[in-house]
Order: sequence, then C-alpha cells, then structure tokens
Amino acid sequence: MSGIDQSKIRNFCIVAHIDHGKSTLADRIIEKTGLLTSREMQDQVLDNMELERERGITIKAQTVRTVYTARDGQEYIFNLIDTPGHVDFNYEVSRALAACDGAILVVDAAQGIEAQTLANVYLALDHDLDVFPVINKIDLPSAEPQRVKDEIEDVIGIEAQDAPLISAKNGIGIEDVLEKIVEKIPAPTGDASAPLKALIFDSVYDAYKGVIIFCRLMEGTVQKGTPILMMATGATAEVVEVGYFGAGQFIPCEELSAGMVGYITASIKNVKDTAVGDTVTNAKNPCSEPLPGYKKVNSMVYCGLYPSDGAKYPDLRDALEKLKLNDAALNYEPETSIALGFGFRCGFLGLLHLEIIQERLEREYNLDLVTTAPGVVYRVYKTNGEMIELTNPSNLPDPAEIDYMEEPIVSAEIMVTKDYIGSIMELCQERRGVYIGMDYMEETRALLRYELPLNEIIYDFFDALKSRSKGYASFDYEIKGYEHSELVKLDILVNREEVDALSFIVHKDSAYERGRRMCERLKEEIPRHLFEIPIQAAVGGKIIARETVKAMRKDVLAKCYGGDITRKKKLLEKQKEGKKRMRMIGNVEIPQKAFMSVLKLDEK
Amino acid sequence: MKRRVGIYIHIPFCRKKCNYCDFLSFPLEETKPEETQSKTKKSAYLKALCEEIRQSHSRLKDCVADTVFIGGGTPSLLSGEEIEELFDELRSCIPLSEDAELSMEMNPGTARPDRLAAYRRAGINRVSVGLQSACDKELELLGRIHTFAQFEQTYAMLRESGFSNLNVDIMSALPFQSMETYAETLERVAALKPEHISAYSLIVEPGTPFYDRFAEGEGQNALPDEETDRRMYAYTTEYLKERGYHRYEISNYARDGFACRHNLKYWQMEEYIGFGLGSASYFGGKRYKNTEDFGTYLSAQGRDEKREETALAREEEMEEFMFLGLRTMRGVPKKAFYDRFGVQMCEVYGSVIDKYVQSGLLVSDSCLRLTDAGIDVSNTVMADFLLSVSV
Repeated sequence: MSGIDQSKIRNFCIVAHIDHGKSTLADRIIEKTGLLTSREMQDQVLDNMELERERGITIKAQTVRTVYTARDGQEYIFNLIDTPGHVDFNYEVSRALAACDGAILVVDAAQGIEAQTLANVYLALDHDLDVFPVINKIDLPSAEPQRVKDEIEDVIGIEAQDAPLISAKNGIGIEDVLEKIVEKIPAPTGDASAPLKALIFDSVYDAYKGVIIFCRLMEGTVQKGTPILMMATGATAEVVEVGYFGAGQFIPCEELSAGMVGYITASIKNVKDTAVGDTVTNAKNPCSEPLPGYKKVNSMVYCGLYPSDGAKYPDLRDALEKLKLNDAALNYEPETSIALGFGFRCGFLGLLHLEIIQERLEREYNLDLVTTAPGVVYRVYKTNGEMIELTNPSNLPDPAEIDYMEEPIVSAEIMVTKDYIGSIMELCQERRGVYIGMDYMEETRALLRYELPLNEIIYDFFDALKSRSKGYASFDYEIKGYEHSELVKLDILVNREEVDALSFIVHKDSAYERGRRMCERLKEEIPRHLFEIPIQAAVGGKIIARETVKAMRKDVLAKCYGGDITRKKKLLEKQKEGKKRMRMIGNVEIPQKAFMSVLKLDEK
Repeated sequence: MKRRVGIYIHIPFCRKKCNYCDFLSFPLEETKPEETQSKTKKSAYLKALCEEIRQSHSRLKDCVADTVFIGGGTPSLLSGEEIEELFDELRSCIPLSEDAELSMEMNPGTARPDRLAAYRRAGINRVSVGLQSACDKELELLGRIHTFAQFEQTYAMLRESGFSNLNVDIMSALPFQSMETYAETLERVAALKPEHISAYSLIVEPGTPFYDRFAEGEGQNALPDEETDRRMYAYTTEYLKERGYHRYEISNYARDGFACRHNLKYWQMEEYIGFGLGSASYFGGKRYKNTEDFGTYLSAQGRDEKREETALAREEEMEEFMFLGLRTMRGVPKKAFYDRFGVQMCEVYGSVIDKYVQSGLLVSDSCLRLTDAGIDVSNTVMADFLLSVSV
C-alpha cells in the first residue's frame, strides 16, 4: 500500500458535547462513503462495546478508514478517529486529537454551545487542528441554526456561516460534510524517508495478536519485521503485522507510511508497554526526539472492590487482570478489609471510568461486587518529612504523625442559562468551590468558572448540577493540582465496632453533616437484630452523630393452618436466605448494599 | 397395631370474608350469577370431597384415625345432614378410634340449635369457636359477621347441646386495640371457662384488606407497637395461667387434658391426611398438597393428579421436626430426635443450639425448647434450624 499520495489522505476527528450527535454523524460518514451498505450498518458501528451502546457514549477511542470519491472525481482516504466524550478520558481525547490534522465540530442546532463543546474545541485548537463546524439536528422544531452559527463565531471565533446544516439521524446534508472534509481538513505532511516517528493514540489487547497499537505515522515507514522501540516505556519488539481499520475489523497491509493512520502488532504482551501518547520509532534507526505531550496517566479516583462471595476472590483477580490488558488507566492492588474480607483497591480516571469497570466486571465476568465509597488521592505530609499518597482511608496515619494534608483541586467550567446561575453558584459554594469568574456567552447563558475539590465532585456533583438546573447546565473540568486542606477521617461504628470499609476522608466542615446522613442511611439499611444496635459517626474518636436500630421484639410465625407446613417453611427459608447477602461485623449482620448506600447520600 | 393418623377436612366457604383473612376460603353468597344457588356449589364441593375420601380408602386401609378436624372457611355453614353424610363417608373409608378427638370450627354468626344436635350425632366432640374479640367495635373492624352477644348465645347453646370440649379463638395486636380492650376480651372469655383458648397475635398478611389499610404508611400507626404486642402476649400467658390454663404451644392454652390432639400432630410431625380444597397431608414421609383452584378440584373428583407430592429428604424432615417441635412448650425431646433419625440432635445442631442457649433464647435439657424471650423472636431462631439453606 505504499505510494499512497499524502494529499489524498484526511485524518480527522469529530468533537462535540455529549448527545450532540457525534457518533451518529460518524455512522453516516461511514455509510455514505460506501464501505458498508445501509443494511450492514448496525446503529453506531464505532461504539462496539455493548456497554457503550447502551449508555450511548464512547469509552475507548475507535477509528475507521473509509474511501470517498469526491465531486472532483478523486478518491480520498478518510481516517476517522473517534474520541471519547467524557471528561474522565480527557487525556485520551488529547492524544486522539494529536493524531488528527483537523476536526469537525458538531453543535446541536437547538442547544448551541455547551461546556464540553468549548472544552473539546479548545483542546482541538490547542493541537493546531483546523476545525470546521456543522450544525446538527436542524430538523428539530426548536432548531435555530442561525443563532447557533452566530454563537460559534462569537464565542469560539471560527468561521461558521458556511457550516453544513445537517441531520445526522435522518441523513440530511451528509454529502456537504464529506465535501467539506476534503476541502477544509488539511492533508498530512511528513517525510516518509525520515526515521520512523509514530504516535500511539490507543491500544487494545487481543488474545491472539497480543497488543494492537493504534498509531498515526508522523514520519517514516513501518512494515513487518521493523524493530520498534516505545520511547517513553523503553519497550522493544519486532513488528508482526501492520494494517488499517475497517469498520469493526483489522485489515492488514504491506506498509504504513508518514501521514497514515493504522495499527501495529508485535507480539507485545502488556498494554502497559504501549502507553497512550508514547512515540514508536525504529529501534535501529531512531528519531532524534519523541513527539511532545506524553503524560503518564494517573488514577484520580480510588475505591475498594470486593466480591460479594468471598470465594470469588480469584475470579475477581483474573477479571481485573484481563480488563487491565485493555485499559492502562486501571490500577489495582490487593487489600484486606475487616468488614469485607479480601478484595482490591482500584484506581480509576474518574467516577464514570469506575462505573464502567464495575459494570463490566458484573456483566462480562458475572461477578457480584461490593464497592466502597470512592475517594481521591490525598497527599499526607507527615511530621517526619515523609509524604504518602493516600488511596485508602484506613491507611491514614495517626493524627499525631500528620503535619498537614493536601487534596486535588479541579478547575471547572460550568455553562448554565441565566435563570439557574444562582442555584449553581450555591451548589458550588456548598461543595467548597472557589469562585474564579463568569463570562456571558450570550445574553441568556454564562460560563461559570470555579475551583472545586475533586472529592466534592466525584460522587454526585453531576446529578446535583442537572437537577438544580433542570438539565440546562453542562460541566467540564480538569485537574489543577494539590492544595492544602483541613481534612479528617470519618469513621463509622456499628454496635461500637469500627467498620473499616465505611470510613472516608472528608473536609472537617462537612464531617458533621456527612456523618449524620451516613448514620441515617445506615439505620434504614441495617435490619433489626435481637439486640439494639447503635450506629455512630466519629472523628478522631469523638462521636459526632448517632442513630439506633431498635432491637427486634417480635418475630413470630402465624399459625400453621391446616397442617400446611410448606408455606411457612418457605417464609423461614426466605428469612435465612436473606442472611447470605449480609456481612458480619462483630455480631451484626450488615447487608452488602449498605456499603454502597453511602454513595447515594444525596438521594432522597 | 393400626397406624394412627389425623384427618383434616377443609370447608372453604364462609358467609363473608374477614378483613384480615388470607386463608383459602370464599363467601358463598358471592358466587357467579349462573350459580346463584349456593347450595349447588356447596353440594358439588361436598360431592367431590366425598369422592376424594372414598378414593383414599385403599391408601388408608391399615390406618385408624384418632383425630379429625373440620376447618375452613366456616364449616358450620354445613347443615347437620351434610356433616353427618361427611362422617358416614369418612367412617366407611377409615375407622375412627373410640376415643377420637373430632373437632370442627364454628362461626358464632352461623350457629343454629337444630344443627348442633346433628353435629353431636355425627360424633363431633370438640368445637372451636372463632370469636377473636369481645369488643364489638373490633369485631366490626375485623369484618366479623357477629357481635359478642351472639357469641355468648352460641357458646351457651353449645354447652346446652352437651359439648364439653370447647375452644375460643381470640386475637391480639389488632388495629386500634389497646391493652385495656384486649384484657377485657381475655377476661370475658376466661370467665366462660372454655377448655381451650387460642390467642393469636395478628399478622397483617398481603392480599387482605387489612394489608392495604395497615401494612404501610400512616395505617401502620393504628397497630399496637411491638412492645405493646409483646406485653399483650405476656399478659395472656400470665392471666390464663392463674386461671388454670397452661400454654402448650406458642399461641395455644388449655386446661389439663384438653390440649388439641389434632394440632399436636402437626407440631410433632405425626401423620395426617387432608381432604378438600388446598388441604395438606403428611403421610409416609411425604408431604401432599391439594390444588387450591376450586374448578380444578371439582373436576378432579378426588383423583390423584390434582395433588402435589413432595418426598422429604432426611435433612428436610429433621429441620421440620425441629422448627415445628419448637412451637410446643415441651420442645423437641432429644430422645425422639434420636429415635427418629438415628443421630444425636447435638451432632446436627450443636452450634446453633449453643448460640441460642448462650443468648438465652433456648433451653436445652432432655428437650430443646424456646424460652419466653425465644418465643418473641421464634422465626429468627427457627430459621437457623434449616439445613437446606447454608449461610
């Protein structure tokens, strides 16, 4: 396949706010370029994980190559690199963008620009991508294409008057988009005779081929037999196969050269060796320096995952191992909880990532899990000068040994209509936000900027934002850094025994409120026992809240009428079955869902 | 020696369904229009019932019945003749022992003097009268069809007719019931000196009007709280004890020699045969259960296919033997357990027994039995004796 004319290649991605129709447009592009017939199209070919399709979001960046015969009679190769839409996967987005030469900005004709639209388009502009807008959902009754065009020009400052007006869902205006891709997205440049320099923007593990590296060749060529070096991780291998991406399949080819997007396999056993953002070069003839922008991805959110059935611990370990093969951002290490037994402390990019992993473990690996409250990584500076990164509240050193603590802070941008500015500001205050500024996008909408502690937004901030703005607010954030904070460990005692799996770190000003709500919630979850059970919240040994589960006084079977024993026996069996889903803490049985209920303190 | 069994006969009819009742019964009056003749429905049922009894003849050929219990529903809706026919059928199928306890249930709203004589003639020697409360307001709330005065008349009639073994059913923990009204019920009933008193604590069952009204939300507040409920229970035991009634099962009290022998068979896992709609049997190591569907029951005409059959595995038999036996105040005799299963009780249940003896819910000597504290939470204790569910 060498000898492809670089001027006939278009490498691009689509950026959009969630739900503005990115994946649908991708489907239409694939369909119209004739790679697949309409009949072969499943909805949203790119989102091939079951979970992605169900949630309507893209988790891992996917990519596809199609061939388009343009109005000028020439055939163009389109490499469409799909990017994840969620803030948790910001780094993946930025690497996918780095693999492109241009981007299509999709904006909903009714909703206009949203927080993620801005975040993603700025990210694209930061990568020097040429961005052209399309206005989607123009067939909606509430569509205001002209207003949205003006808004794009005013707010983002890119030309929008000739933006294609389309309905990706109904296939309106797709031809215009295809022509615009040819016209507006620049062809790649790069010297095919220079040493190999390729950007890894994703990788997946395949049981037969090992790791499949998704890359964009910036310079040079690669083929079967090329010795390769991953410049950041230092891993080396010999290429077994190169190729490009069909829709949902890998199509091998002879060679990849500068400007092309494709894949490399090299019998690599570990996804860790092929970090996203790393540069692949020829081990014998390396390029002088790697591509910029490589970052080691750190887990931001941690929680404990335990099998409901202790005997399933090895199954959970195997499942995590397998998921890890495909997900370098997932971290885990074994831990033991007095309450929950053997499990793993797992690190994630964010709460969505956590939820996805949890759901995949439950669905694909058929595991029943108990999850502890997610927390962020705190930095604990000890009086002896040592600093530890705390991922499990139970490991917090004795307060006497702690000099001070720091917590991660994010810079958040919230776009909200005028009517809800007040209630959103209030929400941010409640979550210890620091007001940075506000810009009006247009008369009715503003962009609020806040700095917020990450631990205040990982649980339910997004839900609270939606409910307090009747769904009109959108939100995006990035990690700013660590700041000093007055943090305390909140312990929960059930029948005077501390339950390690329920402990968490909280700002001292929120401790009382959180403790009180925890106790209330646990009181609802813990069934009555033969004795009274106090539930207490404590900070540093001092009780700050208490509830009591009253003793059960009456649990008597009605008469066994007419000798029908079976029915009554079933009642007893049900009662005993119920205990299976319980964890023993001292002599108290705590239902497994109680451990999860702490995640939902704001629900009423 | 002949095999001794108990006989249960189910009469699923009542005049009006009570508001708390989830038993298998339905009002005769509310039959479909084409069956307005309630007699037709009743006689069709009795015909099928007699057919069922007849067909079990061979199965019961080496047996003798030493207890018969006619329950419902309201068996006293049957005429004297109907009861007599039923007993004739029964006697021609299985001999009744000379000292047999022959019980039937009676609703005070349905008793008629002419019928009582016929019941006596049929052989009935024990009558269980469903009173539930001595407070008319409570009776109305329960949806009973009688007043306390009517009950008193029925009771007097029964005594006049020569019934010397009477039970009265009463209930505690009723909505809006207070300790005072309950004590009054207890007092008035005890004053009549029945041989036996069954005192149940109300359980609000799903599918009843009571459930809709009192199971959830505001309605729950009408029910006495658990403390009051338990005080009522303790008071019952104490009050009746002073008047010569001993508690021999969680909810049953009798003067000496008047414990209900039929019900004891259930709790001691002796054999019994049930006839009629939805009735249950325990016979030859198996449990049987008749269909609960009226139409199916009629069309089966006593044939076997309408019956569910479950052979009890040894473990199942053990657990039932335990949780049923624990309902009695004597408890489960360890020797009886060994004789039946060939293994010591403590080998099977050692750890459960230790746990509850330690927490004061069980007493273990030659028998294993619940303490007063154990009775209050007996479900919790009994559930732990199930072997088929491992935790």
